[in-house]
Amino acid sequence: MTLTADICKKMYLDMWRIRLFEEEAERQASLGTVLGSLHMYCGEEAVAVGICAHLRDDDYVAGTHRSHGHCLAKGTPMDRMMAELFGKATGSCAGKGGSMHVADFSINLLGANGIVGGGIGPATGTALASKIRGTDQVSVCFFGDGAVARGTFHEAITMGSLWKLPVVYMCENNQYQQWVPRKNVAVVDSVADMAASYAIPGVSIDGQDIVEVYEASSEAIERARSGGGPTLIEARTYRFDGHSKGDREEYRTREEVEEWRANRDPIKLLRAHMAERQWLGDTDDEAVQEQAKAEVAAAVRFADESPFPAPDAALTDVLESTEGDRS
Amino acid sequence: MRTISYRDGLSEALHEEMARDDSVFVIGEDVIAHGGYYKVTQGIEERFPGRIFETPIAEAGIVGVSVGAAMAGMRPVVELMYLDFVTCAMDEVVNQAAKMRYMTGGQAQVPIVIRLPCGHGRNQAAQHSQTLESWFMHVPGLQVVVPSTPRDAKGLMKTAVRSPDPVLFFEYNRLYTTEGEVPEEEYTIPIGKADIKRDGEDVTVIAVGTMVAKALDAGVRLEDDGYDIEVVDPRTLSPLDVETICESVTRTGRAVVCEEDTTFAGGGAEIAAMIGEKCFPSLKAPVTRVGAPHVPMPFSAELVNHVIPDVPQIVAAVRHVMA
Repeated sequence: MTLTADICKKMYLDMWRIRLFEEEAERQASLGTVLGSLHMYCGEEAVAVGICAHLRDDDYVAGTHRSHGHCLAKGTPMDRMMAELFGKATGSCAGKGGSMHVADFSINLLGANGIVGGGIGPATGTALASKIRGTDQVSVCFFGDGAVARGTFHEAITMGSLWKLPVVYMCENNQYQQWVPRKNVAVVDSVADMAASYAIPGVSIDGQDIVEVYEASSEAIERARSGGGPTLIEARTYRFDGHSKGDREEYRTREEVEEWRANRDPIKLLRAHMAERQWLGDTDDEAVQEQAKAEVAAAVRFADESPFPAPDAALTDVLESTEGDRS
Repeated sequence: MRTISYRDGLSEALHEEMARDDSVFVIGEDVIAHGGYYKVTQGIEERFPGRIFETPIAEAGIVGVSVGAAMAGMRPVVELMYLDFVTCAMDEVVNQAAKMRYMTGGQAQVPIVIRLPCGHGRNQAAQHSQTLESWFMHVPGLQVVVPSTPRDAKGLMKTAVRSPDPVLFFEYNRLYTTEGEVPEEEYTIPIGKADIKRDGEDVTVIAVGTMVAKALDAGVRLEDDGYDIEVVDPRTLSPLDVETICESVTRTGRAVVCEEDTTFAGGGAEIAAMIGEKCFPSLKAPVTRVGAPHVPMPFSAELVNHVIPDVPQIVAAVRHVMA
């Protein structure tokens, strides 16, 4: 698919929506309205937005513990997601999942997953379902560089390749697995090189450059949709924030973070790309940011005004067959 | 009524459910080449091509992929060659399959059946002989099914395949060749419903899996003592048919709980505790358990026979609660 001005504008807006949602969620966490872990996606927006731009509602997406960006890029409503973070009854998962389990099955978003590497098998399984049913749905599986060490990565990709399943394995290599630099614990520099072991195409791209993400994703999704099997994409990216709330970030320098924020911010890079082509004037830029801000503000209002779940809702959604019978 | 084996009961159930519902498929190691390690999946490749997947040796992958397929609306029937190998897929069972419905506020449905051949029947020592029902009873969101007869195996498998929630289906490997009456016509057996395998008045013997036949055998021997035991087979350990068990114990006033698993923190411990809580006023003797000691399964037949609970132990336990 050719990258047009309209597609760029949509992606630019989506990146701002994610960025501002994240910043607001972090603020709400500091106020105590959002409890639990908060794994920020800021800095990695181009990856989720660049690949999800190619997806239909009926395509599948499986995420990670750091999945706010994946969920918004797939198209889940922001207000229900914010309400989920608030633990409200109107949340995406009725307050039973929180940040690490946001999901929206109305758009085949399997959602976040609290176990590193936990989504790779299930994402591959949705692709197996598509293959058995003979549909042209595609599954996109996000995971971080830390997940590459898990056996689930090896086992699931082996099956994805063996059965030529319509799945794109999108590794977000943000260079840190929690507090440890990848280089301290990895034996292969580029995750994309591992694709050869599974006899599938592997490509390493600049995950800050949404144009590159968009193009590599286009090829991988087309391959999957047309029966050509999986692709492993390594998007080299960066986590602007710490691993999660309260991370003191003693494992990296302030200068390193500032350098990425100043010069490698995916939003700024797309803005420059569009400005160069006269696709985004100053007024457009302001309008986009205002639109995203307004949506975030409305989401907070919705979350704030929503009721908490009734306490006995804790006893439902365990098994459909014995609903209402949990003593 | 015709008589068929436990294995053929399971095989028939899979064939019938696959013919009935296109979303059912089979996945596991050796399921085509060998018709499954126990030949339960024999004939499926020929009759339902494209709906049986022979996998690499990758239990986490097998279960993980199946969980995803189930969330996408399919009904995978997974064969793990030995129950013991489910330890390689515990995240997929416990964190993924069991919790998806709950974590997503009821959006996700994981209709997966995980078949778990289990027990000490093949003299393969500690890593190929376990019975770990209690692990999975402990996890909300899972159903634990343990059929003891060909009729129950077929009827429960059909229900398991149709269930909207995950089922851990325990198949004691020594039962595969046992035979029993199985109706030719269509039938299913509900999950969560116990079966009284023998009516009696003096003692309720709650027996699971291979212990059911042993309890029935004990029942015959105890007739010489003048004791009339009732044998209750829970058939599913989670959800547990508390009503049937309590009704029986309230009537007899005595309970012996039998399992092949270790008694310490085994499934029978939950049943015994539940009886203690709900039936205390009716009890004429302490609830007694029969099971294995808290040791791994040994190899030598002499040692295995020492560990596995047998008919004389059930007889002794009944005499004890009657004394």
